[in-house]
Amino acid sequence: MNKLLISNITRFILLVLLQVLILSNINFLGFINPYLYVFFILLLPLNLNHWKVLIYSFLIGIIIDVFQDSGGINAAASLVAAYFRPYVLKFAFGVSYEFQTIKFYQTPFAQRLTYILLIVFIHHFVLFSFAYFNFTYILEILKNMLFSGIFTVLLVVISMILFRKRRR
Amino acid sequence: MQQIVNFLIKYKNTLLFLLLLFLSVFFTVQSHSYHKSKFINSANFLTGGVYNWVNDIDEYFNLKEYNNRLVEENKYLRSRLGELNAKNLDTIYQDTSSFDNPYKFISAKVIRNQFSNIDNYILVNKGERDSVHNDLGVITSRGIVGIVEESSNNFSRVISILNTNSSISVQLKNTNHFGSLLWNGKDPNIVQLEEVPRLAPVHKGDTITTDGRSYIFPKGIPVGVVNDFELDVNQSYYKINVRLFNDMTNIGYVYIIDNQNLDELKSLEKEENE
Repeated sequence: MNKLLISNITRFILLVLLQVLILSNINFLGFINPYLYVFFILLLPLNLNHWKVLIYSFLIGIIIDVFQDSGGINAAASLVAAYFRPYVLKFAFGVSYEFQTIKFYQTPFAQRLTYILLIVFIHHFVLFSFAYFNFTYILEILKNMLFSGIFTVLLVVISMILFRKRRR
Repeated sequence: MQQIVNFLIKYKNTLLFLLLLFLSVFFTVQSHSYHKSKFINSANFLTGGVYNWVNDIDEYFNLKEYNNRLVEENKYLRSRLGELNAKNLDTIYQDTSSFDNPYKFISAKVIRNQFSNIDNYILVNKGERDSVHNDLGVITSRGIVGIVEESSNNFSRVISILNTNSSISVQLKNTNHFGSLLWNGKDPNIVQLEEVPRLAPVHKGDTITTDGRSYIFPKGIPVGVVNDFELDVNQSYYKINVRLFNDMTNIGYVYIIDNQNLDELKSLEKEENE
């Protein structure tokens, strides 16, 4: 349990620094940035209490917000993603989630991808809706959500493969 | 009573979610209104420190560019000095007060710059200890950058002109017709100038400068040139796209302008209104 805690705290700090110092400054084609810190929410133990998931996700969001002067948009987006996480898990993994026997790295790839896609796009939709805060910008919101979402999912899958290799 | 407790236990996750959501919406709404985002603010010891530390490394990659800018600015200032000397050779100053200048300049370094969001902020490494405070103008040698919004001891947060909440009063250099400088959140090199009356003779390539009406910027600080323009829906005002002189994606060093006469001007204005 202690080892799990330390690895989660390390991941938290590393992902925040990576996000605010590098990933938020990529600006691919002028506006596309990945939001890899969602990986932290994805990787929280799948059987963790829901209220803990909510609090941890809110924390990582609000810290990113302080670094980026963005009000509460990252906090809100992470929180909503965390709130829907159990439902998405049930949808993606089905019965094996009900019995609480699964670990993230031991699930079939297709199911894991569904889980990642759903969480990332929920997160990005809330993020950009709150960033623009005005539904006359709906096209911009959807465009940003789509491109940044693809970028984030790509990075999540890549870092997932890297992490798993190291652990074996 | 028992039922209320049961209800709370049953829905504790949703209640927690709603509470935290309310908080983040509150912060978001605050960040969309000028001068109110006090809590979520990168001008503090921790985030400022981290950005400062990383910028110390990052800075080396831009030294050549910054040197070129300094040489360019020196050249301009030298030519101005030459003009002044030529003009004043036969004048004898009666007293030194004629050298007095209400504007005090504070130099600062940008340690974090944003330009890809819809509301962008810049963090600089001077704060209250260097007498930087709210509502001071920020410029570079090429043009305006923004206005200081919040200061801690060592850092200040500047609301960039690339922010949908920012609005700065500017004018056409030739004719003194003024309007407000806004941003639509799209291109970081192009900002929008609105409320210029139809009577004003606008041409492509005209220079836009600050007009000094807000007392934050002195009159005549360069902003950009007219890129293209059209009449708005009412056919009474121009909407002008302005191409900035500044490269907002690479700022480097800035000057913060402190207008020493600001309190005097403000109090006079207050008397007028009463």
